[in-house]
Amino acid sequence: MNSKESQNRNIIEVESLTKKFGSFTAVNSISFNVKKGEIFGFLGANGAGKTTAIKMLCGLLKPTSGQGTVAGYNIATSPEMVKRNIGYMSQRFSLYQDLKVWENFRLFGGIYGMKSRDIESVTAKMLKDLGFEKERNTVVESLPAGWKQKLAFSVAIMHNPAIVFLDEPTGGVAPEARRQFWELIYLASQKGITVFVTTHYMDEAEYCNRVTIMKDGAIEVIDTPQNLKSNYGVNSMDEVFYELAKV
Amino acid sequence: MFGIIGPDGAGKTTLFRILTSLLIPDSGEATVLGLDVVKEFKKIRERIGYMPGKFSLYGDLTVDENLSFFASIFKANIKENYHLIEDIFKDIAPFGKRKARDLSGGMKQKLALSCALIHKPDILFLDEPTTGVDPVSRREFWQMLERLKKQGITIVVSTSYMDEALLCSRIALFKEGSILSYNTPKEMVSSFENTLLAVSGENMPELLKMLRKISIVKSAYSFGAQHHITVEREENKGESDKVENRENVGNGNNIEKTNREIKLQAVIANVTQQLQQMGASSFTIKEIEPTIEDCYLELSSVK
Repeated sequence: MNSKESQNRNIIEVESLTKKFGSFTAVNSISFNVKKGEIFGFLGANGAGKTTAIKMLCGLLKPTSGQGTVAGYNIATSPEMVKRNIGYMSQRFSLYQDLKVWENFRLFGGIYGMKSRDIESVTAKMLKDLGFEKERNTVVESLPAGWKQKLAFSVAIMHNPAIVFLDEPTGGVAPEARRQFWELIYLASQKGITVFVTTHYMDEAEYCNRVTIMKDGAIEVIDTPQNLKSNYGVNSMDEVFYELAKV
Repeated sequence: MFGIIGPDGAGKTTLFRILTSLLIPDSGEATVLGLDVVKEFKKIRERIGYMPGKFSLYGDLTVDENLSFFASIFKANIKENYHLIEDIFKDIAPFGKRKARDLSGGMKQKLALSCALIHKPDILFLDEPTTGVDPVSRREFWQMLERLKKQGITIVVSTSYMDEALLCSRIALFKEGSILSYNTPKEMVSSFENTLLAVSGENMPELLKMLRKISIVKSAYSFGAQHHITVEREENKGESDKVENRENVGNGNNIEKTNREIKLQAVIANVTQQLQQMGASSFTIKEIEPTIEDCYLELSSVK
């Protein structure tokens, strides 16, 4: 797959990206690229600067200095274009609980600027792929947690964005649902959607093509899980994380 | 240290509220420290410490004020009981004049735990203390609990992280309001019913699809760098009786072991052959010991 040239296009390019809040440097000159279709794991301890970095990448926060493009748009000068070309999902923000399943699709499709006709056909297709057609008119609140996660992910990619940002998408999700969720991530990646994901489950870090670990606002390492494990001489990403954080 | 393990929505918090006398059960009975949770709620509340999942402190009070407040509610003397929280509180003591809402997540957690402990409770209820906490801080938190346990405090803790189950003396696996299983982590692992194999190879997503097509494979799930598959022990029928005999029979022991080994090798060979037929080339299969997450998956599929 990676032999094709189109697959080697960078969806994220970041150079010396920095964010300061007063005298505090939350993100300190980070640089990295993410390729089209890649599953990119963004890890780090609480307070390492992950959320600030993601907010900048999504066009929600203006960098203090440094450069960045996401899906071909400059995050500092064209944040609105960035927002239109990405998908976003987190544990805290996903679906509207008091709306029906189809209403959520309708609402988000509208926000993403999709045409009504497209929204209808995409909704129908996504519900079919998930096997949720029967739940079309169900109010989201009454669905099991695992289903909500899957729906939220489908909604986040319904406008076929170049990249989807997932901020701890599986926190507190049951073991089986957590795994089914990752299968959806793989499917999206195979369709060419880049996946940028944060997680506290270190087994999920193993599913990423590449992983970066942030510490004190800077990027400590960036590599495949395989290389990270062999570089640190350990058997799991959990141990890599621990080795890095304890220093 | 008793762990209540289950995903969001399993009913963990509701159970905690009943046990801490904050919610009246529809039916059934429960006692905490020998006291009835409905009739003797006042006595229970004096003797327990409760750290709810959501931020339980007063954000507009300082660190010191929060601690004094909780101590005064329980008529506890901070100096007398300081030894209990010293280990935890010493990290936040320098920020005593800071408002609680301005603390970092980790520091809030330490303050909340200190406040729940200051009246020297006999039992401590911690509802999802490590949710959303990174792996390193989680480990530190559990080390803190281990030290509290050594001081003789009973701890009831809930979590959705299955790996934390191993740190508890006993655990209950929770799903949709009922207990799937309730045992020591060790016993739970040894009562795993199927044969568990780990498969790893080059194209993992493809490998998973193939594994699911194999008829003797009951379940196939990804576990980090490996896939875990279960194969029914029917393959090794009668094995459980033999295990009991093992200790008594001198030489027979080896024979049984060999029998088990032969059957295991046959299963592995079977899976290997089928994978090869589907076009998989480089992969490895080996038998492994189940994790608590494997147990949860097995038990919840039966239910």
